[in-house]
Amino acid sequence: MSDELDLTKLETPELIDQMKDDLYDGLADHVVAGVNELLRRKMTPHDVLTKALVAGMDAVGVDFRDGVLFVPEVLMAAKSMKAGMEILRPKLAESGAPQIGTMLVGTVKGDIHDIGKNLVAMMMEGAGFKVVNLGINIDADAFVAAVREHKPAILGLSALLTTTMPYMGIVIKTLADAGLRKDLIVLVGGAPLNAAFAEEIEADAYCRDAAIAVETAKKLISIRRS
Amino acid sequence: MGAWETLLGQPGLILADGGMGTVLMGLGLQSGGSPELWNVEHPDQVGQVHRGYLQAGSRIILTNTFGCNRLRLGLHHLQDRVVEFSRAGAQLVRKEVEAAGGHAVVAGDIGPSGGILAPLGELEPAQAVDAFAEQAGGLIEGGVDVIWIETLSSLEEMRAAVDGARRASKDIPIVATMTFDTRGRTMMGVTPEQAVRELSTWGLAAIGANCGNGPDEIVDVVQKMRAAAPPEATLVAKANAGVPTLEEGRAVYRAGPEEMAAYAIAVSRAGARIIGACCGSTPRHLEAMAGALKGKLIG
Repeated sequence: MSDELDLTKLETPELIDQMKDDLYDGLADHVVAGVNELLRRKMTPHDVLTKALVAGMDAVGVDFRDGVLFVPEVLMAAKSMKAGMEILRPKLAESGAPQIGTMLVGTVKGDIHDIGKNLVAMMMEGAGFKVVNLGINIDADAFVAAVREHKPAILGLSALLTTTMPYMGIVIKTLADAGLRKDLIVLVGGAPLNAAFAEEIEADAYCRDAAIAVETAKKLISIRRS
Repeated sequence: MGAWETLLGQPGLILADGGMGTVLMGLGLQSGGSPELWNVEHPDQVGQVHRGYLQAGSRIILTNTFGCNRLRLGLHHLQDRVVEFSRAGAQLVRKEVEAAGGHAVVAGDIGPSGGILAPLGELEPAQAVDAFAEQAGGLIEGGVDVIWIETLSSLEEMRAAVDGARRASKDIPIVATMTFDTRGRTMMGVTPEQAVRELSTWGLAAIGANCGNGPDEIVDVVQKMRAAAPPEATLVAKANAGVPTLEEGRAVYRAGPEEMAAYAIAVSRAGARIIGACCGSTPRHLEAMAGALKGKLIG
């Protein structure tokens, strides 16, 4: 059906709704076509990002959180988001539009689990954040160096093992000792964690899944900025 | 007739084994370290775990080769030792089985690749098939009776693993189990019914569920699998001993031997014929399960 849809014939609000549906369905080509059409109509790159793409990914995030969507659908949606972002990124940089923020993510030392952290990275990109993915098995000094280099608003720490999760506390303490903790929002996640553990190691929040990570990141950033 | 067919040909339930990685951690395996390396560096400890399960009455013993594919071993820079570790893992189980009288089946354990298959992820299916074939080849060289693929969450990756095992051997029996730990589905959204409908057409020796969020969840999954499976399909259940919680920096699995004994009964009623356990379980748990299933198990 949507293959035959002529995007140029839709009113802008309908086009935006159509793009949200296409994003939800993981149709990258359609999302790209929609982005180009909105830009042709002189919508600012920042509005295209927030009103169409980010709003579309919000719906994906909610349904992932609620168990309506699973990892494959989220990956397809995030890929479509990324395809749209490829077009917008250079234009956003030119226009000097405000960035939502940078996030640094990594799996802590001793732990080589990848998938959950990468999902968070994709969802955060989907929400308009610039994401620097440090990878797996990252020690505290490497986190400190990366925070100095990238000056992120948010640091996401991941661990899937009960034996590696305490190392998250060491990372947070090392950041504090280096004087970098105060301005940083630290989110932690991974199967064996819980909120009590996050509190114990003085993280700002525990996030149960990637959708909640996005929600929490946005909430904490807006609290901090206001 | 092979050892697998001989075992399955007897009437009764079959006790499989329990956790390996979590037991090795208790024996000093560092978190994030490669358990497979222990097949050559600490074979006595690995053998000790197998022996514990054999003494508990397990008739199927899995090799310590869960992450023994080149993609996962690559994370430890050990990618060139797949065949060596796989073969050693198989020989270790064989040695313990022989010493215990030769009544158990040696199952070559294959876990997930660790990647997500294209087009969703970056891992090309052909590359995954190659990796699984290499691992299965090493296990078969080491003398396993059956290939045991477990903890997968996507049917596409399961296809790659089965194809890999089939490339290594045209006729070795293959068992395939998935992990249903996300709202009753696998992480990739596969329901127990979908899994069973698909997997029961692949000519597998047994299918089922393993790992996850403890006994209750898997009993539910097996019930759903049984309802959707052809009557002749053999179902496997290997539950974790609950979900781990952290106490003073150590992982604690909350389900004790008694709870796992109750699970063994419940999951047999739900329709599983091959019953074992997974992360957090020990030979003590398996002993309790054997006790609970007494009289119903193959002697």
